[in-house]
Amino acid sequence: MEKRDLICVSCPIGCAITVDLDDNGQVISVTGNTCKRGDSYARQECTHPERMLTSTVKVEGGRLPVVPVKSAKPIPKELLFDCMTEINKVTLTAPVKIGDVVLKNILNTGVDIVATNEA
Amino acid sequence: MLNYDLVVVGGGPAGMAAALQAHEEGIEKILILERADTLGGILEQCIHTGFGLHYFGEELSGPEYAGRFIEQVYNTDIDVKVDTMVLDISADNVVTAVNNFDGLLTIQAKAIVLAMGCRERPRGALSIAGSRAAGIMTAGTAQKYVNMDGYMPGKTVVILGSGDIGLIMARRMTLEGAKVKAVCELMPYSGGLTRNIVQCLEDFGIPLRLSCTVVATHGKERLEGVTVANVDEHLKPIPGTEEYIPCDTLMLSVGLIPENELSKNAGITLDPVTNGPVVDEYRETTHKGVFACGNVLQVHDLVDFVTEESKLAGLGAAKYIKGEKAEDGVVHTKGENGVRYIVPQNINRATDKDVKLYFRVGRVLENVTLTVTCGDEVLLSKKKRKMTPGEMEYITLKAEVVKHLPADSTIVVSTKEA
Ligand SMILES: Cc1cc2nc3c(=O)[nH]c(=O)nc-3n(C[C@H](O)[C@H](O)[C@H](O)COP(=O)(O)OP(=O)(O)OC[C@H]3O[C@@H](n4cnc5c(N)ncnc54)[C@H](O)[C@@H]3O)c2cc1C
Ligand code: SF4
Repeated sequence: MEKRDLICVSCPIGCAITVDLDDNGQVISVTGNTCKRGDSYARQECTHPERMLTSTVKVEGGRLPVVPVKSAKPIPKELLFDCMTEINKVTLTAPVKIGDVVLKNILNTGVDIVATNEA
Repeated sequence: MLNYDLVVVGGGPAGMAAALQAHEEGIEKILILERADTLGGILEQCIHTGFGLHYFGEELSGPEYAGRFIEQVYNTDIDVKVDTMVLDISADNVVTAVNNFDGLLTIQAKAIVLAMGCRERPRGALSIAGSRAAGIMTAGTAQKYVNMDGYMPGKTVVILGSGDIGLIMARRMTLEGAKVKAVCELMPYSGGLTRNIVQCLEDFGIPLRLSCTVVATHGKERLEGVTVANVDEHLKPIPGTEEYIPCDTLMLSVGLIPENELSKNAGITLDPVTNGPVVDEYRETTHKGVFACGNVLQVHDLVDFVTEESKLAGLGAAKYIKGEKAEDGVVHTKGENGVRYIVPQNINRATDKDVKLYFRVGRVLENVTLTVTCGDEVLLSKKKRKMTPGEMEYITLKAEVVKHLPADSTIVVSTKEA
Protein backbone atom coordinates (compact mmCIF):
# COMPACT_ATOMS: atom_id res chain seq x y z
CA MET A 1 0.00 0.00 0.00
CA GLU A 2 1.17 3.53 -0.79
CA LYS A 3 0.20 6.90 0.70
CA ARG A 4 0.36 10.09 -1.34
CA ASP A 5 0.09 13.63 0.01
CA LEU A 6 -1.36 16.09 -2.46
CA ILE A 7 -2.47 19.69 -2.46
CA CYS A 8 -5.80 20.07 -4.21
CA VAL A 9 -5.38 22.64 -6.99
CA SER A 10 -9.04 22.73 -7.98
CA CYS A 11 -9.54 26.02 -6.19
CA PRO A 12 -7.36 28.53 -4.34
CA ILE A 13 -8.19 27.12 -0.88
CA GLY A 14 -5.63 24.36 -1.55
CA CYS A 15 -6.74 21.60 0.84
CA ALA A 16 -4.08 19.06 1.89
CA ILE A 17 -5.33 15.66 0.71
CA THR A 18 -4.04 12.20 1.56
CA VAL A 19 -4.67 9.34 -0.88
CA ASP A 20 -4.22 5.66 -0.04
CA LEU A 21 -3.32 3.55 -3.07
CA ASP A 22 -3.18 -0.25 -3.30
CA ASP A 23 -0.28 -2.13 -4.90
CA ASN A 24 -1.82 -1.80 -8.36
CA GLY A 25 -2.00 1.98 -8.02
CA GLN A 26 -5.77 1.89 -7.50
CA VAL A 27 -7.22 4.51 -5.15
CA ILE A 28 -8.52 3.04 -1.87
CA SER A 29 -9.41 6.21 0.00
CA VAL A 30 -9.21 9.99 -0.22
CA THR A 31 -9.15 12.13 2.95
CA GLY A 32 -8.57 15.80 3.79
CA ASN A 33 -10.66 17.34 1.01
CA THR A 34 -13.45 19.68 2.05
CA CYS A 35 -15.60 19.29 -1.06
CA LYS A 36 -16.23 16.67 -3.72
CA ARG A 37 -14.10 18.41 -6.34
CA GLY A 38 -11.16 17.57 -4.10
CA ASP A 39 -12.07 13.89 -4.18
CA SER A 40 -12.22 13.74 -7.96
CA TYR A 41 -9.05 15.83 -8.28
CA ALA A 42 -7.12 13.43 -6.03
CA ARG A 43 -8.33 10.34 -7.95
CA GLN A 44 -7.50 11.96 -11.27
CA GLU A 45 -4.09 13.20 -10.10
CA CYS A 46 -3.03 9.71 -9.00
CA THR A 47 -4.11 8.04 -12.23
CA HIS A 48 -4.07 10.59 -15.04
CA PRO A 49 -3.06 14.18 -14.11
CA GLU A 50 -4.83 17.03 -15.91
CA ARG A 51 -4.56 20.81 -15.85
CA MET A 52 -6.52 23.79 -17.07
CA LEU A 53 -4.60 25.67 -19.77
CA THR A 54 -4.89 29.42 -20.24
CA SER A 55 -3.09 31.61 -22.74
CA THR A 56 -3.72 34.35 -25.29
CA VAL A 57 -4.40 34.32 -29.03
CA LYS A 58 -3.54 37.06 -31.53
CA VAL A 59 -6.50 39.06 -32.75
CA GLU A 60 -6.74 41.54 -35.62
CA GLY A 61 -8.90 44.64 -35.44
CA GLY A 62 -9.67 44.33 -31.72
CA ARG A 63 -9.32 46.71 -28.79
CA LEU A 64 -6.09 44.92 -27.78
CA PRO A 65 -3.62 42.86 -29.89
CA VAL A 66 -4.45 39.62 -28.03
CA VAL A 67 -7.50 38.01 -26.46
CA PRO A 68 -7.28 35.57 -23.51
CA VAL A 69 -8.37 31.91 -23.97
CA LYS A 70 -8.78 28.83 -21.78
CA SER A 71 -9.36 25.14 -22.23
CA ALA A 72 -13.05 24.55 -21.60
CA LYS A 73 -12.04 21.55 -19.45
CA PRO A 74 -8.73 20.33 -18.00
CA ILE A 75 -6.39 18.64 -20.51
CA PRO A 76 -3.77 15.92 -19.91
CA LYS A 77 -0.78 17.53 -18.22
CA GLU A 78 1.75 16.05 -20.66
CA LEU A 79 0.02 17.80 -23.59
CA LEU A 80 0.28 21.35 -22.22
CA PHE A 81 3.23 22.41 -24.40
CA ASP A 82 1.86 20.72 -27.54
CA CYS A 83 -1.41 22.57 -27.02
CA MET A 84 0.50 25.85 -26.65
CA THR A 85 2.08 25.26 -30.06
CA GLU A 86 -1.38 24.84 -31.60
CA ILE A 87 -2.78 27.89 -29.79
CA ASN A 88 0.09 30.07 -30.96
CA LYS A 89 -0.68 29.27 -34.62
CA VAL A 90 -4.12 30.90 -34.39
CA THR A 91 -4.98 34.49 -35.38
CA LEU A 92 -8.58 35.65 -34.86
CA THR A 93 -10.42 38.60 -36.36
CA ALA A 94 -12.50 40.87 -34.14
CA PRO A 95 -15.21 40.81 -32.95
CA VAL A 96 -14.68 37.96 -30.49
CA LYS A 97 -17.15 37.21 -27.70
CA ILE A 98 -16.64 35.46 -24.34
CA GLY A 99 -17.17 31.73 -24.92
CA ASP A 100 -16.39 31.74 -28.68
CA VAL A 101 -14.66 28.49 -29.68
CA VAL A 102 -11.14 29.32 -30.85
CA LEU A 103 -9.91 25.76 -31.48
CA LYS A 104 -12.24 22.77 -31.56
CA ASN A 105 -11.15 19.46 -29.99
CA ILE A 106 -7.52 20.46 -29.57
CA LEU A 107 -5.14 17.55 -30.34
CA ASN A 108 -8.07 15.15 -30.17
CA THR A 109 -8.42 15.64 -26.44
CA GLY A 110 -12.13 16.28 -26.83
CA VAL A 111 -11.57 19.71 -25.25
CA ASP A 112 -12.23 23.07 -26.95
CA ILE A 113 -10.17 26.21 -26.50
CA VAL A 114 -12.54 29.14 -25.86
CA ALA A 115 -12.18 32.92 -25.61
CA THR A 116 -12.46 34.38 -22.10
CA ASN A 117 -12.82 38.05 -22.96
CA GLU A 118 -14.17 40.25 -25.71
CA ALA A 119 -12.05 41.63 -28.52
CA MET B 1 -22.02 70.17 -8.84
CA LEU B 2 -23.58 66.76 -9.45
CA ASN B 3 -25.56 64.99 -6.73
CA TYR B 4 -25.50 61.25 -6.07
CA ASP B 5 -26.59 59.03 -3.20
CA LEU B 6 -23.53 56.80 -3.60
CA VAL B 7 -20.24 57.42 -5.38
CA VAL B 8 -17.94 54.39 -5.83
CA VAL B 9 -14.25 55.10 -6.46
CA GLY B 10 -12.76 52.30 -8.59
CA GLY B 11 -14.54 49.90 -10.95
CA GLY B 12 -12.76 46.63 -10.14
CA PRO B 13 -14.59 43.65 -8.64
CA ALA B 14 -14.81 45.47 -5.29
CA GLY B 15 -16.39 48.64 -6.65
CA MET B 16 -18.81 46.78 -8.90
CA ALA B 17 -20.03 44.42 -6.14
CA ALA B 18 -20.53 47.30 -3.70
CA ALA B 19 -22.48 49.34 -6.28
CA LEU B 20 -24.65 46.36 -7.26
CA GLN B 21 -25.45 45.52 -3.64
CA ALA B 22 -26.44 49.12 -2.83
CA HIS B 23 -28.59 49.11 -5.97
CA GLU B 24 -30.29 45.94 -4.81
CA GLU B 25 -31.02 47.61 -1.46
CA GLY B 26 -32.99 50.27 -3.32
CA ILE B 27 -30.40 53.05 -3.54
CA GLU B 28 -31.26 54.96 -6.71
CA LYS B 29 -28.53 57.37 -7.71
CA ILE B 30 -25.24 55.48 -7.90
CA LEU B 31 -22.10 56.49 -9.82
CA ILE B 32 -18.95 54.42 -10.40
CA LEU B 33 -15.77 56.34 -11.28
CA GLU B 34 -12.95 54.33 -12.92
CA ARG B 35 -9.53 55.55 -13.99
CA ALA B 36 -8.95 52.87 -16.67
CA ASP B 37 -10.81 52.66 -20.00
CA THR B 38 -12.98 49.69 -18.91
CA LEU B 39 -14.52 48.29 -15.74
CA GLY B 40 -12.92 45.13 -14.33
CA GLY B 41 -9.82 46.38 -12.53
CA ILE B 42 -6.76 44.19 -12.31
CA LEU B 43 -8.79 41.07 -13.25
CA GLU B 44 -8.58 42.07 -16.93
CA GLN B 45 -4.93 40.94 -16.96
CA CYS B 46 -5.38 37.83 -14.76
CA ILE B 47 -6.18 35.39 -17.57
CA HIS B 48 -5.56 32.20 -15.58
CA THR B 49 -8.51 30.31 -14.13
CA GLY B 50 -9.49 29.70 -10.53
CA PHE B 51 -11.68 32.71 -9.94
CA GLY B 52 -15.23 32.34 -8.75
CA LEU B 53 -15.22 28.71 -7.68
CA HIS B 54 -16.73 29.72 -4.36
CA TYR B 55 -18.94 32.54 -5.55
CA PHE B 56 -20.23 31.12 -8.85
CA GLY B 57 -19.28 27.43 -8.41
CA GLU B 58 -17.38 27.62 -11.69
CA GLU B 59 -13.72 27.83 -12.61
CA LEU B 60 -13.52 31.20 -14.36
CA SER B 61 -10.63 33.33 -15.61
CA GLY B 62 -10.21 36.89 -14.31
CA PRO B 63 -11.85 38.58 -17.32
CA GLU B 64 -14.76 36.12 -17.21
CA TYR B 65 -15.30 36.77 -13.50
CA ALA B 66 -15.17 40.52 -14.05
CA GLY B 67 -17.37 40.15 -17.15
CA ARG B 68 -20.26 38.75 -15.11
CA PHE B 69 -20.29 41.86 -12.91
CA ILE B 70 -19.72 44.28 -15.79
CA GLU B 71 -22.78 42.88 -17.53
CA GLN B 72 -24.86 43.20 -14.37
CA VAL B 73 -23.74 46.80 -13.86
CA TYR B 74 -24.66 47.79 -17.41
CA ASN B 75 -28.05 46.09 -16.98
CA THR B 76 -28.95 48.49 -14.17
CA ASP B 77 -29.28 52.28 -14.13
CA ILE B 78 -26.00 52.61 -12.21
CA ASP B 79 -24.01 55.44 -13.89
CA VAL B 80 -20.44 54.66 -14.92
CA LYS B 81 -17.69 57.06 -15.93
CA VAL B 82 -14.52 55.37 -17.19
CA ASP B 83 -11.25 57.17 -18.01
CA THR B 84 -12.06 59.26 -14.95
CA MET B 85 -9.56 59.80 -12.15
CA VAL B 86 -10.70 60.71 -8.65
CA LEU B 87 -8.45 63.40 -7.17
CA ASP B 88 -9.95 64.26 -3.83
CA ILE B 89 -12.59 63.50 -1.22
CA SER B 90 -13.55 66.37 1.08
CA ALA B 91 -14.62 66.38 4.72
CA ASP B 92 -18.27 66.78 3.67
CA ASN B 93 -18.12 63.95 1.09
CA VAL B 94 -17.63 65.99 -2.07
CA VAL B 95 -15.73 63.93 -4.64
CA THR B 96 -13.49 65.74 -7.12
CA ALA B 97 -12.58 63.90 -10.33
CA VAL B 98 -11.21 64.72 -13.77
CA ASN B 99 -11.63 63.33 -17.28
CA ASN B 100 -11.39 64.41 -20.92
CA PHE B 101 -15.11 64.84 -21.60
CA ASP B 102 -16.39 66.59 -18.44
CA GLY B 103 -13.15 68.31 -17.41
CA LEU B 104 -13.15 68.82 -13.64
CA LEU B 105 -16.12 67.21 -11.88
CA THR B 106 -17.41 67.82 -8.39
CA ILE B 107 -19.98 65.45 -6.97
CA GLN B 108 -21.82 65.71 -3.66
CA ALA B 109 -22.32 62.18 -2.32
CA LYS B 110 -24.38 60.98 0.64
CA ALA B 111 -22.04 58.00 0.95
CA ILE B 112 -18.79 56.96 -0.74
CA VAL B 113 -17.24 53.53 -1.26
CA LEU B 114 -13.47 53.43 -1.68
CA ALA B 115 -12.46 50.54 -3.98
CA MET B 116 -9.15 51.67 -5.47
CA GLY B 117 -7.42 48.30 -5.16
CA CYS B 118 -3.70 48.00 -4.56
CA ARG B 119 -0.44 48.43 -6.41
CA GLU B 120 2.75 46.42 -6.44
CA ARG B 121 5.71 47.30 -4.34
CA PRO B 122 8.24 48.74 -6.81
CA ARG B 123 11.99 48.16 -7.02
CA GLY B 124 12.64 51.37 -5.09
CA ALA B 125 11.17 49.70 -2.02
CA LEU B 126 14.02 47.16 -2.11
CA SER B 127 17.69 47.84 -1.95
CA ILE B 128 19.41 45.91 -4.73
CA ALA B 129 22.78 47.10 -5.97
CA GLY B 130 23.22 47.57 -9.72
CA SER B 131 22.43 49.80 -12.68
CA ARG B 132 19.02 50.69 -14.09
CA ALA B 133 19.27 48.15 -16.90
CA ALA B 134 16.14 47.36 -18.92
CA GLY B 135 14.52 44.04 -18.07
CA ILE B 136 13.69 44.70 -14.41
CA MET B 137 9.97 45.02 -13.77
CA THR B 138 7.23 44.02 -11.37
CA ALA B 139 5.47 40.74 -12.09
CA GLY B 140 2.19 42.61 -12.57
CA THR B 141 3.73 44.82 -15.25
CA ALA B 142 5.04 41.71 -17.00
CA GLN B 143 1.57 40.17 -16.69
CA LYS B 144 0.08 43.17 -18.46
CA TYR B 145 2.73 43.03 -21.23
CA VAL B 146 2.15 39.34 -21.96
CA ASN B 147 -1.59 39.04 -21.40
CA MET B 148 -2.89 42.35 -22.71
CA ASP B 149 -0.24 43.74 -25.04
CA GLY B 150 0.79 40.35 -26.47
CA TYR B 151 4.45 41.15 -25.86
CA MET B 152 7.06 38.84 -24.27
CA PRO B 153 9.31 40.89 -21.98
CA GLY B 154 12.21 38.38 -21.95
CA LYS B 155 13.59 34.90 -22.59
CA THR B 156 15.44 33.97 -19.40
CA VAL B 157 13.86 35.00 -16.16
CA VAL B 158 14.59 35.16 -12.43
CA ILE B 159 11.69 36.03 -10.15
CA LEU B 160 12.27 37.68 -6.79
CA GLY B 161 9.47 37.06 -4.33
CA SER B 162 7.03 34.18 -4.30
CA GLY B 163 3.80 36.17 -4.23
CA ASP B 164 0.98 34.74 -6.33
CA ILE B 165 1.49 37.06 -9.26
CA GLY B 166 5.15 35.99 -9.50
CA LEU B 167 4.20 32.30 -9.38
CA ILE B 168 1.49 32.74 -12.01
CA MET B 169 3.97 34.59 -14.23
CA ALA B 170 6.58 31.83 -13.81
CA ARG B 171 4.13 29.42 -15.43
CA ARG B 172 2.93 31.90 -18.03
CA MET B 173 6.47 32.72 -19.22
CA THR B 174 7.39 29.01 -19.28
CA LEU B 175 4.35 28.11 -21.39
CA GLU B 176 5.29 30.89 -23.83
CA GLY B 177 8.76 29.39 -24.22
CA ALA B 178 10.86 31.40 -21.76
CA LYS B 179 13.17 29.72 -19.27
CA VAL B 180 12.43 30.60 -15.65
CA LYS B 181 15.65 29.84 -13.80
CA ALA B 182 14.52 30.35 -10.22
CA VAL B 183 12.02 31.95 -7.90
CA CYS B 184 13.89 33.44 -4.91
CA GLU B 185 12.03 34.09 -1.67
CA LEU B 186 13.57 36.06 1.17
CA MET B 187 11.44 34.37 3.83
CA PRO B 188 11.70 30.70 4.82
CA TYR B 189 8.16 30.17 3.43
CA SER B 190 6.37 31.20 0.27
CA GLY B 191 4.05 34.20 0.25
CA GLY B 192 1.84 32.58 -2.38
CA LEU B 193 -1.00 30.07 -2.27
CA THR B 194 0.12 26.43 -2.00
CA ARG B 195 -1.91 25.58 -5.08
CA ASN B 196 0.19 28.01 -7.10
CA ILE B 197 3.45 26.49 -5.88
CA VAL B 198 2.18 23.10 -7.05
CA GLN B 199 0.76 24.01 -10.43
CA CYS B 200 3.02 26.92 -11.40
CA LEU B 201 6.43 25.76 -10.15
CA GLU B 202 6.45 22.02 -9.33
CA ASP B 203 4.57 21.11 -12.52
CA PHE B 204 7.34 22.73 -14.59
CA GLY B 205 10.33 21.88 -12.41
CA ILE B 206 11.03 25.53 -11.57
CA PRO B 207 13.15 25.74 -8.41
CA LEU B 208 11.78 27.71 -5.44
CA ARG B 209 14.72 28.92 -3.36
CA LEU B 210 13.62 29.90 0.13
CA SER B 211 15.66 32.23 2.39
CA CYS B 212 17.34 33.60 -0.70
CA THR B 213 17.47 37.05 -2.26
CA VAL B 214 18.90 39.02 -5.18
CA VAL B 215 21.86 41.10 -3.98
CA ALA B 216 23.02 42.63 -7.29
CA THR B 217 21.89 43.12 -10.88
CA HIS B 218 24.33 43.16 -13.79
CA GLY B 219 24.25 44.66 -17.28
CA LYS B 220 24.32 48.19 -18.72
CA GLU B 221 21.59 48.63 -21.33
CA ARG B 222 19.84 45.32 -20.77
CA LEU B 223 19.96 43.05 -17.75
CA GLU B 224 22.54 40.27 -18.23
CA GLY B 225 22.32 38.48 -14.92
CA VAL B 226 21.70 38.69 -11.19
CA THR B 227 23.66 37.65 -8.13
CA VAL B 228 21.60 35.77 -5.57
CA ALA B 229 22.61 34.84 -2.03
CA ASN B 230 21.14 32.93 0.87
CA VAL B 231 20.04 34.91 3.91
CA ASP B 232 20.36 34.18 7.63
CA GLU B 233 17.58 34.26 10.22
CA HIS B 234 17.84 38.07 10.34
CA LEU B 235 17.27 38.11 6.56
CA LYS B 236 20.83 39.35 5.96
CA PRO B 237 22.76 37.86 2.99
CA ILE B 238 25.31 35.26 4.10
CA PRO B 239 28.77 36.07 2.66
CA GLY B 240 30.17 33.27 0.52
CA THR B 241 26.77 32.01 -0.67
CA GLU B 242 26.59 34.36 -3.68
CA GLU B 243 25.75 32.77 -7.01
CA TYR B 244 25.58 34.41 -10.44
CA ILE B 245 22.54 33.53 -12.58
CA PRO B 246 22.52 34.76 -16.20
CA CYS B 247 19.10 36.16 -17.20
CA ASP B 248 17.65 38.99 -19.28
CA THR B 249 14.64 39.64 -17.05
CA LEU B 250 14.13 40.09 -13.32
CA MET B 251 10.54 40.13 -12.13
CA LEU B 252 9.61 41.42 -8.70
CA SER B 253 6.72 39.93 -6.81
CA VAL B 254 7.46 41.38 -3.42
CA GLY B 255 4.09 42.41 -2.12
CA LEU B 256 1.14 44.64 -2.70
CA ILE B 257 0.33 47.95 -1.05
CA PRO B 258 -3.26 49.22 -0.78
CA GLU B 259 -3.69 52.38 -2.83
CA ASN B 260 -4.66 54.82 -0.07
CA GLU B 261 -3.43 58.27 -1.14
CA LEU B 262 -7.03 59.50 -1.42
CA SER B 263 -7.95 58.06 1.97
CA LYS B 264 -4.91 59.64 3.63
CA ASN B 265 -5.66 63.05 2.15
CA ALA B 266 -9.24 62.75 3.38
CA GLY B 267 -7.90 62.27 6.91
CA ILE B 268 -9.13 58.67 7.18
CA THR B 269 -7.33 56.67 9.89
CA LEU B 270 -5.24 53.82 8.44
CA ASP B 271 -4.21 50.58 10.15
CA PRO B 272 -0.39 50.48 10.26
CA VAL B 273 -0.37 46.71 9.56
CA THR B 274 -2.88 46.42 6.70
CA ASN B 275 -2.07 49.88 5.27
CA GLY B 276 -5.81 50.09 4.69
CA PRO B 277 -8.46 52.14 6.53
CA VAL B 278 -9.63 51.22 10.01
CA VAL B 279 -13.23 50.03 9.52
CA ASP B 280 -16.28 48.67 11.33
CA GLU B 281 -18.21 45.48 10.49
CA TYR B 282 -19.90 47.17 7.52
CA ARG B 283 -16.53 48.52 6.35
CA GLU B 284 -17.29 52.11 7.31
CA THR B 285 -14.07 54.06 7.84
CA THR B 286 -13.42 56.65 10.55
CA HIS B 287 -14.87 59.22 8.12
CA LYS B 288 -18.70 59.09 8.44
CA GLY B 289 -20.39 57.76 5.31
CA VAL B 290 -17.13 56.65 3.67
CA PHE B 291 -16.75 52.87 3.26
CA ALA B 292 -13.83 50.80 1.93
CA CYS B 293 -13.60 47.30 0.46
CA GLY B 294 -11.42 44.98 -1.60
CA ASN B 295 -7.69 45.40 -1.90
CA VAL B 296 -7.73 49.02 -0.79
CA LEU B 297 -8.81 47.73 2.63
CA GLN B 298 -6.67 44.60 2.95
CA VAL B 299 -4.75 42.64 0.34
CA HIS B 300 -6.88 39.67 -0.68
CA ASP B 301 -5.70 36.48 -2.43
CA LEU B 302 -9.18 35.40 -3.44
CA VAL B 303 -11.40 37.62 -5.50
CA ASP B 304 -14.37 35.64 -4.12
CA PHE B 305 -13.64 37.16 -0.71
CA VAL B 306 -13.31 40.59 -2.33
CA THR B 307 -16.83 40.23 -3.70
CA GLU B 308 -18.20 39.10 -0.35
CA GLU B 309 -16.55 41.95 1.52
CA SER B 310 -17.68 44.50 -1.05
CA LYS B 311 -21.32 43.42 -0.88
CA LEU B 312 -21.09 44.04 2.84
CA ALA B 313 -19.72 47.55 2.21
CA GLY B 314 -22.48 48.19 -0.34
CA LEU B 315 -25.09 47.04 2.16
CA GLY B 316 -23.52 49.23 4.86
CA ALA B 317 -23.52 52.26 2.57
CA ALA B 318 -27.19 51.64 1.73
CA LYS B 319 -28.10 51.42 5.42
CA TYR B 320 -26.14 54.61 6.09
CA ILE B 321 -27.94 56.48 3.29
CA LYS B 322 -31.33 55.29 4.60
CA GLY B 323 -30.36 56.22 8.17
CA GLU B 324 -30.68 52.59 9.28
CA LYS B 325 -27.15 51.90 10.42
CA ALA B 326 -27.43 51.06 14.10
CA GLU B 327 -24.89 52.47 16.53
CA ASP B 328 -24.68 51.64 20.22
CA GLY B 329 -21.02 51.80 21.19
CA VAL B 330 -18.26 49.75 19.58
CA VAL B 331 -15.93 46.97 20.62
CA HIS B 332 -12.42 46.83 19.19
CA THR B 333 -10.50 43.88 17.77
CA LYS B 334 -6.87 42.95 18.12
CA GLY B 335 -4.56 40.15 17.00
CA GLU B 336 -2.01 38.53 19.34
CA ASN B 337 0.50 35.65 19.32
CA GLY B 338 1.15 35.49 15.61
CA VAL B 339 -2.12 37.08 14.45
CA ARG B 340 -0.90 40.17 12.63
CA TYR B 341 -4.12 42.10 12.20
CA ILE B 342 -7.91 41.84 12.27
CA VAL B 343 -10.41 43.32 9.82
CA PRO B 344 -12.78 44.80 10.92
CA GLN B 345 -10.94 46.72 13.62
CA ASN B 346 -14.20 47.86 15.25
CA ILE B 347 -17.62 46.24 15.63
CA ASN B 348 -20.84 48.06 16.50
CA ARG B 349 -22.44 46.26 19.43
CA ALA B 350 -25.84 46.79 17.82
CA THR B 351 -24.79 44.93 14.69
CA ASP B 352 -27.58 42.92 13.08
CA LYS B 353 -25.27 40.38 11.40
CA ASP B 354 -22.77 37.74 12.44
CA VAL B 355 -19.26 39.15 11.96
CA LYS B 356 -16.43 37.40 10.16
CA LEU B 357 -13.07 38.42 11.60
CA TYR B 358 -10.47 38.27 8.81
CA PHE B 359 -6.79 37.99 9.64
CA ARG B 360 -3.36 36.74 8.59
CA VAL B 361 -0.71 35.04 10.69
CA GLY B 362 2.91 36.21 10.71
CA ARG B 363 4.55 32.81 10.20
CA VAL B 364 3.67 29.20 9.35
CA LEU B 365 1.79 27.61 12.26
CA GLU B 366 0.83 23.95 12.68
CA ASN B 367 -1.75 22.23 14.91
CA VAL B 368 -3.06 25.54 16.11
CA THR B 369 -5.78 26.40 18.56
CA LEU B 370 -7.35 29.67 17.59
CA THR B 371 -9.13 31.51 20.40
CA VAL B 372 -11.26 34.62 20.52
CA THR B 373 -11.42 36.21 23.96
CA CYS B 374 -12.75 39.37 25.57
CA GLY B 375 -11.23 40.08 28.96
CA ASP B 376 -11.25 36.68 30.72
CA GLU B 377 -14.13 35.33 28.68
CA VAL B 378 -13.43 32.85 25.88
CA LEU B 379 -15.92 33.63 23.10
CA LEU B 380 -14.77 31.03 20.60
CA SER B 381 -12.12 28.42 20.11
CA LYS B 382 -11.27 26.45 16.99
CA LYS B 383 -8.56 23.98 15.93
CA LYS B 384 -6.66 24.39 12.66
CA ARG B 385 -4.21 21.96 11.11
CA LYS B 386 -2.10 24.57 9.41
CA MET B 387 -2.06 28.33 8.87
CA THR B 388 0.31 30.22 6.59
CA PRO B 389 0.97 33.94 6.07
CA GLY B 390 0.07 33.55 2.39
CA GLU B 391 -3.52 32.67 3.19
CA MET B 392 -6.15 34.93 4.68
CA GLU B 393 -8.19 33.24 7.42
CA TYR B 394 -11.43 34.13 9.14
CA ILE B 395 -13.46 33.16 12.18
CA THR B 396 -17.14 34.01 12.62
CA LEU B 397 -18.50 35.75 15.70
CA LYS B 398 -22.24 35.62 16.34
CA ALA B 399 -24.13 38.93 16.55
CA GLU B 400 -25.67 37.89 19.94
CA VAL B 401 -22.22 37.41 21.37
CA VAL B 402 -21.09 40.89 20.31
CA LYS B 403 -24.24 42.47 21.78
CA HIS B 404 -23.39 41.41 25.31
CA LEU B 405 -19.83 42.75 25.33
CA PRO B 406 -19.17 46.00 27.21
CA ALA B 407 -18.72 49.11 25.03
CA ASP B 408 -15.08 49.94 24.29
CA SER B 409 -13.88 46.48 25.30
CA THR B 410 -11.41 44.60 23.11
CA ILE B 411 -11.84 41.24 21.39
CA VAL B 412 -8.53 39.42 21.05
CA VAL B 413 -7.84 36.74 18.43
CA SER B 414 -4.84 34.66 19.34
CA THR B 415 -3.12 31.40 18.35
CA LYS B 416 -1.42 28.65 20.32
CA GLU B 417 0.56 25.82 18.76
CA ALA B 418 0.13 22.35 20.26
C1 LIG C 1 -0.82 42.88 -10.65
C2 LIG C 1 -1.85 42.12 -9.84
C3 LIG C 1 -2.19 40.81 -10.18
C4 LIG C 1 -3.11 40.08 -9.44
N1 LIG C 1 -3.37 38.79 -9.76
C5 LIG C 1 -4.28 38.10 -9.04
C6 LIG C 1 -4.57 36.77 -9.34
O1 LIG C 1 -3.94 36.23 -10.24
N2 LIG C 1 -5.53 36.10 -8.66
C7 LIG C 1 -6.23 36.69 -7.64
O2 LIG C 1 -7.13 36.07 -7.04
N3 LIG C 1 -5.95 37.95 -7.30
C8 LIG C 1 -4.98 38.65 -7.97
N4 LIG C 1 -4.67 39.91 -7.60
C9 LIG C 1 -5.43 40.45 -6.51
C10 LIG C 1 -6.66 41.13 -7.15
O3 LIG C 1 -6.32 42.47 -7.26
C11 LIG C 1 -7.94 40.99 -6.37
O4 LIG C 1 -8.38 39.67 -6.38
C12 LIG C 1 -9.07 41.88 -6.90
O5 LIG C 1 -8.90 42.20 -8.25
C13 LIG C 1 -9.16 43.10 -6.10
O6 LIG C 1 -10.26 43.86 -6.51
P1 LIG C 1 -10.37 45.39 -6.22
O7 LIG C 1 -11.62 45.83 -6.91
O8 LIG C 1 -10.21 45.63 -4.78
O9 LIG C 1 -9.07 46.04 -6.91
P2 LIG C 1 -8.68 46.24 -8.44
O10 LIG C 1 -9.09 45.10 -9.28
O11 LIG C 1 -7.26 46.63 -8.44
O12 LIG C 1 -9.56 47.49 -8.89
C14 LIG C 1 -9.33 48.81 -8.42
C15 LIG C 1 -9.78 49.78 -9.48
O13 LIG C 1 -9.76 51.08 -8.98
C16 LIG C 1 -9.29 51.96 -9.98
N5 LIG C 1 -8.75 53.16 -9.33
C17 LIG C 1 -7.71 53.24 -8.45
N6 LIG C 1 -7.52 54.52 -8.06
C18 LIG C 1 -8.45 55.26 -8.70
C19 LIG C 1 -8.76 56.65 -8.70
N7 LIG C 1 -8.07 57.53 -7.96
N8 LIG C 1 -9.79 57.07 -9.47
C20 LIG C 1 -10.51 56.18 -10.22
N9 LIG C 1 -10.26 54.86 -10.25
C21 LIG C 1 -9.25 54.40 -9.50
C22 LIG C 1 -8.23 51.14 -10.70
O14 LIG C 1 -8.01 51.62 -12.00
C23 LIG C 1 -8.86 49.75 -10.69
O15 LIG C 1 -9.62 49.49 -11.84
C24 LIG C 1 -3.74 40.66 -8.33
C25 LIG C 1 -3.40 41.98 -7.98
C26 LIG C 1 -2.46 42.71 -8.69
C27 LIG C 1 -2.11 44.11 -8.26
S1 SF4 D 1 -11.07 20.10 -1.81
FE1 SF4 D 1 -12.62 21.55 -2.54
S2 SF4 D 1 -12.33 23.31 -1.16
FE2 SF4 D 1 -10.49 22.07 -0.94
S3 SF4 D 1 -9.05 22.94 -2.44
FE3 SF4 D 1 -10.12 21.26 -3.47
S4 SF4 D 1 -11.82 22.27 -4.53
FE4 SF4 D 1 -11.07 23.72 -2.99
